[in-house]
Amino acid sequence: MSNANVQANLSNLARYQNNFLKEVEANVEEGHMVKMCMQCGVCAGSCPFGPDWEHSPQKIFMMIRAGKRDEVLGSDSMFMCTSCYNCIVRCPRQLPITHIMHGLANYAHRIGMAPKGQPTRQFATLFWNNLVKKGRVNELTLTLGHYFTNGLVSGIKTALGMQSIGLGLFMAKRLNPMEIFGGHGVKDLKGFHAIVAKAKEIEDRKKGFTA
Amino acid sequence: MTASIATSQAILVVGGGISGMTAALEAAECGKQVILAEKTPTLGGRTALLYRYFPKMCHPTCGLEINLRRLKGNRNVRTMTMTEVLAVSGRRGDYTVTLKVSPRYVTESCTGCGDCARAVSAEIDNPYEYGLAKTRAAYLPHAMAYPQRYVIDPSIVGTPEGEKAKAACTIGAVDLEMKEETVEIKVGAVIWATGWKPYDAAKIQPYGYDRFANVITSLEFERLADPHGPTGGKILRPSDGKEAKDIAFIQCAGSRDENHLRHCSRICCMASLKQTQYVREACGEGGKSTVYYIDIRAIDRLEDFYAMVWNDPTVSFVKSKVAEIVEDKNANPVLHGVDTEGYHRYATTHELVVLAVGMEPEANGIKLPDDMLLDSSGFIEGCKGAAGDEGMFAAGAASSPLDVNRSVQSATAAALRAITVIHKTARTEQV
Repeated sequence: MSNANVQANLSNLARYQNNFLKEVEANVEEGHMVKMCMQCGVCAGSCPFGPDWEHSPQKIFMMIRAGKRDEVLGSDSMFMCTSCYNCIVRCPRQLPITHIMHGLANYAHRIGMAPKGQPTRQFATLFWNNLVKKGRVNELTLTLGHYFTNGLVSGIKTALGMQSIGLGLFMAKRLNPMEIFGGHGVKDLKGFHAIVAKAKEIEDRKKGFTA
Repeated sequence: MTASIATSQAILVVGGGISGMTAALEAAECGKQVILAEKTPTLGGRTALLYRYFPKMCHPTCGLEINLRRLKGNRNVRTMTMTEVLAVSGRRGDYTVTLKVSPRYVTESCTGCGDCARAVSAEIDNPYEYGLAKTRAAYLPHAMAYPQRYVIDPSIVGTPEGEKAKAACTIGAVDLEMKEETVEIKVGAVIWATGWKPYDAAKIQPYGYDRFANVITSLEFERLADPHGPTGGKILRPSDGKEAKDIAFIQCAGSRDENHLRHCSRICCMASLKQTQYVREACGEGGKSTVYYIDIRAIDRLEDFYAMVWNDPTVSFVKSKVAEIVEDKNANPVLHGVDTEGYHRYATTHELVVLAVGMEPEANGIKLPDDMLLDSSGFIEGCKGAAGDEGMFAAGAASSPLDVNRSVQSATAAALRAITVIHKTARTEQV
């Protein structure tokens, strides 16, 4: 057999080594269950968001096994999951599908492959950053931040449109305008930040991230 | 010192379906004494309620008739119907079995004339039609019933209806004073041929078997297709009695599902493939069958049958486990899901849906002796004790999900094992 043939065979072989499946098993929450999928399609058919996202869980699992790393980790589908748990309840193999989808989203986010500008991911990031700052969610800055994600003009438009609701909340003492200057935090903010840092350290260690 | 431990050389066969009948007959024809105990009033089991067998599409009456003739011609089998096993104690060669015999209220002198059935007006759900039809409370189970004796349902005993049945019998075969009896027998070996039951389809919530009239089970479909069944062999849908021509078959309804039955029931693929041919028989080219499946499991020579159905233009296949069924305003079931060949989302309307329900071991509802070994689904693997030292065996669908053909093979094997036990224990074995 010629050398070129050997090379061709080796490169073909690489396609069947399931490296991406192994990567998912090692790094994604419940990733080891992906190989249990028998492609029956019940999760895809049971998903209330089914028609609105590109890759159903069934499809994602098949893509993982087919080694489609870029397509899977770049997919926005995992971020569309609303955690209704229909798929978990109905899966004949009892795959923790919701958990796997969130695990994939988390992994894609960590290694920087998650789709940029995906709205639910954007909001989740906004929410997390807001929460971590003071140990509690500042509703005013969170909502304002959300309004302005699509630019200044659209932000002002949305804010003006929500004016009456804001006023109503203010009258009912559910909204304090002073919160815009940083707002109040939890009692032991330093302690809270230490908890978050420790949690991140543990998670990184478990998942093999050094940074 | 060695001596015979056998107190009895008889074999008890529990269950009178195709497996039990076969095991009993094979042992009896080898000269062994056999007691065949059946819980219901007739032999034949679930096999008698099928319209046709796969793959040859012949009628179960044929196979049953041969077995019944063998039974009638053999003096070694004692058939006890309406009999259940309450307890088994002892060991191989020396079992003591307690049997409960429920009253039939009709004696052995019954000629099967049917006068009692014509006299009563009370009706019960016909247990031989899976609830699709009623029958009089004095009834002959079905045309192939053995023994050919009528049964009085306990619900009319002690009522004027019961007296009507008694008065109608010209030979005095109705005995309303019959009581339940408990008998104890000695046997050397036991064959458990307790068979199977359809999985309760109502538990598969997304398919709405309990909510939608036009979602039925494969067993009910057998009755609809049978000329002796409640519709005279016409495939009429339950909601409006109209003839159904566009029929969906859903595979793995309960089987291969950790939430329901974890095993593959093995027969359902072939059963549905067979049933597509019932649709063809009833509607010709105008019929339309759609099989929704995960994968078709037609093993060995049955592959030929699958190939034949695959080439039938009235049958189409969708590789998908249906996610959910909803009902439209005309009571048509609408099937929702995503297929695996291209991931196409579908919402397809059919006139009737047949759920290919899985096989659950009937033994799940029976108190078995403590030393029986069951698998994780409840099928009987055998009994405790060193290999080659057992005295109780399972036959047919009690041991594993099996079709009729393989049940008969399994029953023959079980009979041989039981015969071995009888021979060994009758000769020399440790005291």
